[in-house]
Amino acid sequence: MNYLKEFTKGFIKENPLLVLALGMCPSLAVTTSAINGLGMGVASTFVLFMSNMLVALLKNVIPNKVRIPAFIVIIATFVTIVDLTMNAFLPDLYKALGIFIPLIVVNCIILGRAEAFAQKNNVLVSMLDGLGMGLGFTMAIFTVGSIREILGNGSFFNVKFVTEDASTVLLFIMPPGAFITLGYIMMLMNKLKSKLY
Amino acid sequence: MQKLASTLPNMVLSLTTISVVMALALSFVYQKTKGPIERSKQAKITNAIAEVLPEFDNNPVEDKLSVEGEKVIVYRATKNGEWVGSAVKTYTDKGFSGEFILMVGFLPDGSIYNISVIEQKETPGLGTKMGESKFKDQFKQKNPEKNNLTVKKDGGEIDAITASTITSRAFCDAVSRAYEAFKKGGAQ
Repeated sequence: MNYLKEFTKGFIKENPLLVLALGMCPSLAVTTSAINGLGMGVASTFVLFMSNMLVALLKNVIPNKVRIPAFIVIIATFVTIVDLTMNAFLPDLYKALGIFIPLIVVNCIILGRAEAFAQKNNVLVSMLDGLGMGLGFTMAIFTVGSIREILGNGSFFNVKFVTEDASTVLLFIMPPGAFITLGYIMMLMNKLKSKLY
Repeated sequence: MQKLASTLPNMVLSLTTISVVMALALSFVYQKTKGPIERSKQAKITNAIAEVLPEFDNNPVEDKLSVEGEKVIVYRATKNGEWVGSAVKTYTDKGFSGEFILMVGFLPDGSIYNISVIEQKETPGLGTKMGESKFKDQFKQKNPEKNNLTVKKDGGEIDAITASTITSRAFCDAVSRAYEAFKKGGAQ
């Protein structure tokens, strides 16, 4: 088994957001700024890493017929841990991400990796898979957030580089902007992927 | 190790054990984060009160009066025992994305000293501009008794935020709710 390959496949070849098109709902909804994208990505990565590790550890003691409820209990626990920790120590970011933190539970990337990968592989490689997939997701969602914030709000990480009255491309802050940005990034990604592989 | 077969006792046992262990982990994290969450909530309120009122030397959080349950609260501020103004925590549910919460500071004569946004979910880049001075400074020194604090479209004297009329209207709604509470509870 090639460990490096399992780690890096999430970046480009099987990028969860841009190639597998999983987890679209949070990606479109919270990416109005770079920090939101980064925060959401890091939170998802943590959950993905921990749930992949635990599912791989416990795969033999979870009977097949109750595997989905067992996975969901595991995932929901880690999401709640992230939720509480963020609320306690990063209240501003917590407020910006709002309902989408609890919704990581139903993000198909996480259950998808548990079902398709972690329950069939050993612990180490599942952790690498979780980390790689999480980082791939974070990169994608951070890029979307940055582009939307720069074009739509004229700022980057809340640092404004246009004057207060300057008119920015508001469309990019609104929901259609999310689809347009994501569409173009997907296109570039496909181009890159077809060149690389 | 062989994978456990899907028999009823196995399934019950496995799922119960996982749930119990996870519940224990969660209760541990809950205990650890309970304090900081409460503190950061409190800090938010005290900071907002300090922002919307002139200087005071009491602790307004201890001199509060709930007008509408926990949603509208009047905090009384005094300096050397003399009343310098009241901060009113207020809300509106007419925002573009539902509810948002403001802190409005009133001077004893009923005019607005300053306003601070405590919690909101408005559209970034549009509705969020309500927290910027260009919009909210329009309310400063105005008295809801004498000035018509609604947006110009509704015949008032507030310039709405461009492309965010709903947010601007909701903001005015929250301010007038605060004034009602101020008259009822804080003005004596």
